[in-house]
Parts: sequence; C-alpha cells; structure tokens
Amino acid sequence: MEQCEAKCGTAEQEKALSALIEASRSTPGCLMHILQEAQGIYGYLPMSVQKKIAEGLGISLSEVYGVVTFYSQFSLKPKGKNRISVCLGTACYVKGSDKILEEVEKELGIKCGECTEDGLFSIDSCRCVGACGLAPVMMIGEEVYGRLTPDKVKGILDSYKEATK
Amino acid sequence: MTTKELDAIRQSKKELIDVRRLVKEQAEEMAKHTGYRKQVLVCGGTGCTSSHSMQVIEHLEKTMKELGIDDVLVVKTGCFGLCALGPIMIVYPEGAFYAQMTPEHVETVVRQHLIKGGEVVKELLYKDTVHPDGSITPFAETPFYKKQMRIALRNCGVIAAEDIEEAIAAGDYSAIEKVLTTMTPDDVIKEVLDSGLRGRGGAGFPTGRKWSFAKASQGDIKYVCCNADEGDPGAFMDRSVLEGDPHSVLEAMTIAGYAIGAHQGYIYVRAEYPVAVQRLKIAIEQAHKYGVLGKNILGLGFDFDIDIRLGAGAFVCGEETALMTSIEGHRGEPRPRPPFPAVKGLFGKPTILNNVETWANINPIIMKGAKWYSSIGTERSKGTKVFALGGKITNVGLVEVPMGTTLREIVEEIGGGIPNGKKFKAAQTGGPSGGCIPADLIDTPIDFDNLVAIGSMMGSGGLIVLDEDTCMVDISKFYLEFTADESCGKCTPCRIGTRRLLDLLTKITEGKGEDGDIEKIEALAEHMKSSSLCALGQSAPNPVLSTLNKFRKEYEDHIYNHHCTAGVCKALLSFTIDKEKCIGCGLCSRNCPVSAISRTDYVAPGHKLASFAIDPAKCIKCGVCQSNCKFKAVERK
Repeated sequence: MEQCEAKCGTAEQEKALSALIEASRSTPGCLMHILQEAQGIYGYLPMSVQKKIAEGLGISLSEVYGVVTFYSQFSLKPKGKNRISVCLGTACYVKGSDKILEEVEKELGIKCGECTEDGLFSIDSCRCVGACGLAPVMMIGEEVYGRLTPDKVKGILDSYKEATK
Repeated sequence: MTTKELDAIRQSKKELIDVRRLVKEQAEEMAKHTGYRKQVLVCGGTGCTSSHSMQVIEHLEKTMKELGIDDVLVVKTGCFGLCALGPIMIVYPEGAFYAQMTPEHVETVVRQHLIKGGEVVKELLYKDTVHPDGSITPFAETPFYKKQMRIALRNCGVIAAEDIEEAIAAGDYSAIEKVLTTMTPDDVIKEVLDSGLRGRGGAGFPTGRKWSFAKASQGDIKYVCCNADEGDPGAFMDRSVLEGDPHSVLEAMTIAGYAIGAHQGYIYVRAEYPVAVQRLKIAIEQAHKYGVLGKNILGLGFDFDIDIRLGAGAFVCGEETALMTSIEGHRGEPRPRPPFPAVKGLFGKPTILNNVETWANINPIIMKGAKWYSSIGTERSKGTKVFALGGKITNVGLVEVPMGTTLREIVEEIGGGIPNGKKFKAAQTGGPSGGCIPADLIDTPIDFDNLVAIGSMMGSGGLIVLDEDTCMVDISKFYLEFTADESCGKCTPCRIGTRRLLDLLTKITEGKGEDGDIEKIEALAEHMKSSSLCALGQSAPNPVLSTLNKFRKEYEDHIYNHHCTAGVCKALLSFTIDKEKCIGCGLCSRNCPVSAISRTDYVAPGHKLASFAIDPAKCIKCGVCQSNCKFKAVERK
C-alpha cells in the first residue's frame, strides 16, 4: 500500500471523482461502476482515490481495496503512455503468443506487468481480445496488431518511439 | 409503440432485409423495390475491425461519393463468421463475397462493380466462391457455410447492428409481441421446456426447468440476468451475438421476465468487449425509444427494463453465484448452492441467469415452436451450437452447426483442415474447464453428453484445434496457469490445488519430472474435483486429466526420457547441426544471440567450407539458427 497519498491527480480529476460518487451512490452495487469510471479519470486507482471512494460510499477502505485487487482490470500502479497488451488466450497461445510477449519484454527491458522508466510503455498480458482470426495478436492502446511474428515486434515498438520524439 | 406500428416497421424494411437472404434471381427482383440498386454489407465485428474494416467503410463511402454513386446502401453488420479472411464485405443482390479487403481493393470494387453496369470483380472474391470454370458459387454453398445452420446467429452479418428497424424487420421483437398477446407465462415456460433447449454457457442445464423454478419461487421482486462474461480465452460466440444482434438478447430477457414475473434485467458483460458494450447501450436506448423495453411494452401492459453491468476481468465471474455477487458490487466470489439462484439469487431475490447464446435461441423457439426446435439436434441435445473455431485451423471463425455434427465435419469440412500440411492432433473444447478430443475420436457426434463421455465438455463453445506441433503437457500447463491465476482464493482445494498442479506440470515440462508425479497429479485432481466450492475448481483439473487419459505417453516421455514429443518444451530440446548438410555459410553463427555456434575443422565431402557446431552449454534454445538455415542442417530434437 505504498501509494502516493492525497497528492495524486489534479483538482479537475478530484472534482470529476466527487461528481461521479455523488451521481452513483444510490444505485445498488455501484462500487464496481465507480471504480471503473475512477480508473478512467486517473488512469489507475491510487490509494487516495480508493480512500475517497470509501468515504463517499460510507464503506471501509478494506472493502474497496478488496474489490480493486480482486479484478485484473483495476490497477494500483500507473500505466505507460502506450499500453501494450499481449493476448495469451488459447488461440493466440497455440500460435506462439508467448514468444511475442518474450520479445516485447526483451525489447523494452521490462517484465509483463511493469512500466518503462520513461513512462512510455507498459506491458500486460490479456485473455482474448476476440481477434482470434489474426492470432497471435497484441494491442497497443486501441490498435490491434495481428498475425505477429517475433521479428515484427521491434519495428512496431520503434514506430511508437518515433512518434513520441 | 403499438403492435401495429411494429408491424409497419417490419413491412417497410422487409424487402431490404430479404434481398440479403434470397438467392440471386429473386434478390435482384426484390432489390428493385428497395430503392437501392445494391447493398454493401461490411463486417463491423471485433475480428474484422481489428483488421481495419472501419477504414474499408470510410474508403467505400468516400470513393462512392467521388463517383457520384448514391443508390448503393452501405451497412455495418455483425460477424459473418469467417474471421480468418477479414475484413469481409458482401455485395447484394449478387451475394458477392469479397475477402481480405484493403483500401485499394475497395476502390477497385467500387469502380468496377458498384458503378452502374458494373461486374463482380472475381479476383477479389473469397476463392471458394469462384468455381474452377469461372462461374460464381453462392457463399452459402461453400464448404465453410454449407453445413452450418444459423439459429442463434440468424441475424449476425445480415442486419445493421445499430439499427433497431432492421432488427425488427429481420424478426426481432416478433416473439415478445406473440408472447404478450397470445401466451400465458406458463405457455412460455412450457414452450421453452418442450423445445429441449439446454443452457449454452457450459453446463447444459435445461433452460425451461430453470425458468419454472424461478416462476415457482415466491416473491414480488425477481431478476433476469444475462451472462455475457465470456471468459474462456479463445471463445467469442457471445461477443459476436451482442455485436451482431443485440436486440435478440434484450427481447429474450423480456420474454423470460414475463414468464417468471420479473421486471428488471441485468446484462453482465466483459469490459474487454468495448464494441459489444457500445452496441448494447445503443440497442437498449433504441428499444426504449421504440417502446419495446421499459414501461408498458408495446402498449400491452408489461414493464421490463435492462441495465448493463461491466465485468472487470475475473474468469470466476462466469460462475452464476460469483456473477451475481459481482453485480452487487463485491469481490466476485462464488457461494455455496443451495440455495440456488432461482430461489435466492441477485440481491437475495429469485433470479434466472442464462448466457447470451441461450437467449439468442428464444425468439425462434417462440416463433417457430418447440416441435420445430426439438427436431434439430440429437436426442438429448436439441438445436444448434455456436463454436469459435481457432488455433491451428485454416478457417478461423465462428460456426453454428446442428448438435450431432461430428468433429471431423467441423475441422475438415467447415474449418478447411489444418494449415501447412500438418496433422490433426486434438481439439480442445470447454476451455480451462474442458478437455482434449484426440484424433481417434474425431468422428464423435458433438453434443453435451457425448463430450462428457469422452472426457471433455461442451463448455461455452471455444474449439481450439491443435496440430502435431502442440505439446499436450504444455497445453495443460497453459490452462493451469490460467486457472491458478483466476482462482478467486475463497476455497482451499482450488486456491492451493491449482497452484500445486501447476507446480507439478512446470516441473515435468522443465525436465525435472520424477517417477510418481503422474500419480500425484491424479490424486490431487480427484481431491480438487470432489471438494472445490464452485465449477472453476471442480473443473480446473479437466485439461490435465483428459490429456493424461489420451496422451499419457507424452507425459511419460517427458518424465522418463526427458524428451518433449512435440519439440515444444525448451528445457528438453536440443539443437544440433548436421555436419554433412552444413555448407559452412555461417549464417547461424552470425545470428546466434549468445554466440553458441562456432566453426569446426570438419569439411563435409562436396563442400568447400568447414561446418559449424552448437555448444549445448551456451545454447538457449531460441531456434534462431534453425529458422535462418537455408539448408535444413539444424535439427531440433
């Protein structure tokens, strides 16, 4: 739980979060929805945000934290500017997506679940993006790259590095 | 909206839809009445949008505008099924099936086909639709489509997914009209019961029975839920229904609400399906606007509303009690049954939960009758099943076949066989809860009971084809990694059992397997099956047990011979250079990332340069040398 306290985010983000809690608090089962939206606002769910949600809903922080850590979609850490998601669904796996992931890790020098120091890339694995016809696939942001081979990985990552220069 | 207005919409767009369902001559005649000379249907499902079908639409519209073509309708539909060849585009009334479209191809089709007096561009058609004599075969008669029977997917790839009027014209909301005007709740339940429909989510529980239990439960508040948390990695049936025909789900849930006395429904859908979520939102909004959802549906006095709840990536939430706990906003942990959800479900009220594909079967059952539906399929499994065909198969995609179709028909005929001349090894069904069907059982007719009898299960419909290059121990390990990761942690047999099972499998794939490991796996698996709280833990050992049963030799090969039969498990591989074949070009050596390859002093007869050799102590078994060698001198064992 070594997260930044209270200082996370801008005043605007905080305002959006307050409005969100206010608008949803009366809906039964609203916690998941609030967390999803809050992650949309902040990009991740720092402890200060979880605290605010717990206070806003009148439930304990441990309950909020319990839900956050249960679901793989929620993240306690910030993600990279370019979020790489390598599909490890069955259809991709049998077509060698583990080798794609290895190559991405090697190329960026970080492991799955981590973020590069410059904040440019983070790597995650996911279970099926639904483009099994293009297996193996990875997503960077919303863009889907299909029919990958390990030797194509560098070129794709380079194009993102170029774009931010 | 009243039933009269509903009928007016149906009539006004009927011909537009019929053009897409009829054979060429009739369709051409019909097209004259629609106001559109041609219709271009472009797949807007996730598979095709990932291969940029939205750019195809943009380009299509732009080029048509440039050429002043204004009597051709462009329709963004759901999935056509043949995802391997996306983006797909079909032009009616000819039924010309264009595959793997690029912006350049689109331009050609517009200029040569869509213009007045244009002709089909044969070279861009899906090759199976072009007969060797040059004539064009309707795509419905190609091997991929011929044996299919589309009930749940009846409107997928036929209608514009975001247009409720097209959905109505294609038959959606006809069943709710029939139910509310002519049937009692008991009639509805009897029809569903008599149809023999069984839940398509995996377990195959009779849908009608579920509904009758919930109806019998006392209480003024009840709920209807839709499980759209399609968690089996490699399965995309439910997503395609939601993307292609979301109204069929909304309508069916409303019918169930009427049957059991519920007025509120929830659709629990994976957040990883942004397109499906978006289309559902649009569909719900339109259904409200047209009065087929909400208060006083069709003016017939029944109220029913539906909300969407987004999942957040937890496989266990496909389990019914866990799903409901998640809708309530908690950690999605399952709870013991009984009480069953039909008695005490969501928010403690009687609830029914069916999966998307099950819902998609309701309209045809109501409209065509239980007798018709039960005439399809096998004795104990009625109707059709949608499979997401993936893995080592030519026609990756979505197929719907009558129950009782054999695996051979699906793999060899519909699926087009295994690519690259490889041999079929097994088919995996049921995902992380299922098992593998080996080649000698390929003629088994597929239905719920047969699959269980041969050690697998229907599951939700993922069907992954494995070829000779797949290691069965590795694939079991893959599934155990998945279940160990997804185990919710509530009960010990699953939380610790999956981890220990994974440890054992990892040990074997790393070449550290010992005598007795197989027996340990079997004993542990039995404990997990008998004592886990929910289906996730109870079925987690299935992939291991089924492969152990059918491919025991491969496990033994790993353990006793330190050899991976399929050449997959890295720790057990060795790369060597055949010194007689090596011409000494040095390509392997230059590309080796760890400099493990050096020149020897041996010159093979007939060659000028000395051959190379791999130092096994340095080799990391990446396989780069083998893929670089043009003389097939590098051997993997």
